[in-house]
Amino acid sequence: MLARQILIDGFAIRALYALGAVGFTLIFGVSGVLNLAHGGIMVIAALIGWFTAGEFGAGPYGGALVGILAGLASAYATYLLVVRPIQRSRAIPKEESEIFVLTGTLLWGIMIQTALAYKFTDNPVTMRPILPGVVTLGGVRTPRNEIMIAVVCWLVIGLVWLLVNRTRTGKTLLAASMNPRGLTLLGFELSRVHLVVWSIYGVLAGLAGVLLASFLGTGSGNAGQLTASAFSIVVVGGLGSVSGSLLAAYLVGYLETLTAYLIAPTLRPIPALILLVLVVYIRPQGLLGRR
Amino acid sequence: MRSLLSSRLLWGALVFVAVAAVLPLWLSAYVLGVLTAGYYFGVFAMAWDLLFGFAGEVNFGPTFLIGLGAYTAAMLNNRFGLAIPWCVMAGIVSALIGGLLLAMPALRLRGPYFGLVTLVAVLLLQNAIVIFAGVTGGEIGMTVPDVLSLSAATNYWYGLAFMVICAVILFGLSRSAMGLILQASGQDPIEARALGFNVTKHKLMAFSISAVFAGMTGALLVFYMGTASVGTLIDISIGVQIIIAAVLGGRRSILGGALGAVFLIGASEVLRPLGQLNTFVVSALALAVILFFPDGLLGHVLRRREAQ
Repeated sequence: MLARQILIDGFAIRALYALGAVGFTLIFGVSGVLNLAHGGIMVIAALIGWFTAGEFGAGPYGGALVGILAGLASAYATYLLVVRPIQRSRAIPKEESEIFVLTGTLLWGIMIQTALAYKFTDNPVTMRPILPGVVTLGGVRTPRNEIMIAVVCWLVIGLVWLLVNRTRTGKTLLAASMNPRGLTLLGFELSRVHLVVWSIYGVLAGLAGVLLASFLGTGSGNAGQLTASAFSIVVVGGLGSVSGSLLAAYLVGYLETLTAYLIAPTLRPIPALILLVLVVYIRPQGLLGRR
Repeated sequence: MRSLLSSRLLWGALVFVAVAAVLPLWLSAYVLGVLTAGYYFGVFAMAWDLLFGFAGEVNFGPTFLIGLGAYTAAMLNNRFGLAIPWCVMAGIVSALIGGLLLAMPALRLRGPYFGLVTLVAVLLLQNAIVIFAGVTGGEIGMTVPDVLSLSAATNYWYGLAFMVICAVILFGLSRSAMGLILQASGQDPIEARALGFNVTKHKLMAFSISAVFAGMTGALLVFYMGTASVGTLIDISIGVQIIIAAVLGGRRSILGGALGAVFLIGASEVLRPLGQLNTFVVSALALAVILFFPDGLLGHVLRRREAQ
């Protein structure tokens, strides 16, 4: 009974984290950017979605849509205002642009977090569930909303996987992640490729944020933790791999839950960290990563 | 040309130190306290810059080394009542050992993975301290019975003197032969190896030096503040501030780190009335510097002179 409860309870939240991580890993794989403002973008989507749904009165669906658009807009802002200027800056030598982009996204993330805290306060907010009601699944009472979230996440991740691995656009993205110069020699515009990736990322992060708000609730204080989770999932799964992020999200998630239930709640973050260390030393490209 | 540069730098530094030394005659104890913290921070930033600006290794967890040094010293003083100098020395040794344990396998990794490992080290240390709260005081922290001094002015002078000495040592190292080799290893390791230099050995040395200074400063900071806690010493946000200070002041200049740290701490204090927005403004400022003056404050000034 407990096992089934752990299995089912963890399923949806893990899918949610996987969704966020998939966007994160795509951005790193294709654009080469470790976006440390990731948590901030998710929370912007969540808070704006909540605000539109509740205070503005657009209802859960309208709020969700506006939230996702907000996520898209923030992703564009991050790329156009922070990442691209640094990458194109002539004052920064090529070898160092990575660290500058990293620091830049970090600062941008902090700016987002503090601005949100100022406007909306630190308190976590919850959106009204999109699908109300409870259902009994295998003997465990589960909210319908949770099932919907799990389904939506898996669907979207599946779509992204199809996009990346089976469509022409996706193959362009993969090629850009492996050999950008070769791609330009074939006549593709790299800047368009980057815009496409950041658009996908914006939608994914926005969706993840909105769903998180309707499920567990979130606030500006969570931004850092969300980034850290996405980070660990992506490292374990493999930078640039969609299926890797999915696998890692579930692996890390169930490890944590098992530790909390079977050993001690205070030791919860430890196995994930140990796994992280092991992966970085033994197989730094991640479980399913390429490079 | 270069001697002109370094002599301008020298005069600028001398003026700075002279002005700083007489400040206690006018400023209040509170402001002196802020500046003292800034000076210790400056040493963190300078030690970080040696590793990053020169060896080219991005250390996302300088607080790992700081925390090791600080907590070792704090625990020895708290539990066994050892005198301050012994605790500081123990802190240095512990930070050095920890740094080597981290660096030896980590230097085998390339690119962002080294940074990742340093980040994970900080998380591990933070969680370890929280979990073994019985010994370490957990998230609340622990107090230490001994402090450096009770007078704000004396503490200020200790801090200033310490920063100046460390600055001289670190700057000297950066301009020495070893500094040059490190710079070469950082910017083009393949070529450096081709020229016959043992890149790994030099990077390890840089890491050890960074660890020694970080641990020493961490331990001294504990005895200045009288407490040690995760939030003030180990949290990722502290590491971030150190990195910002070093980049703001000017990477690869060593002294820029000190400047950046004092500026950062000063700016946070000056903007305190803004409340929560104070972090926003400081981060926005740092971002603007990165976008428009990537060489940092000191770097920008030095480059301009070089161009003349």
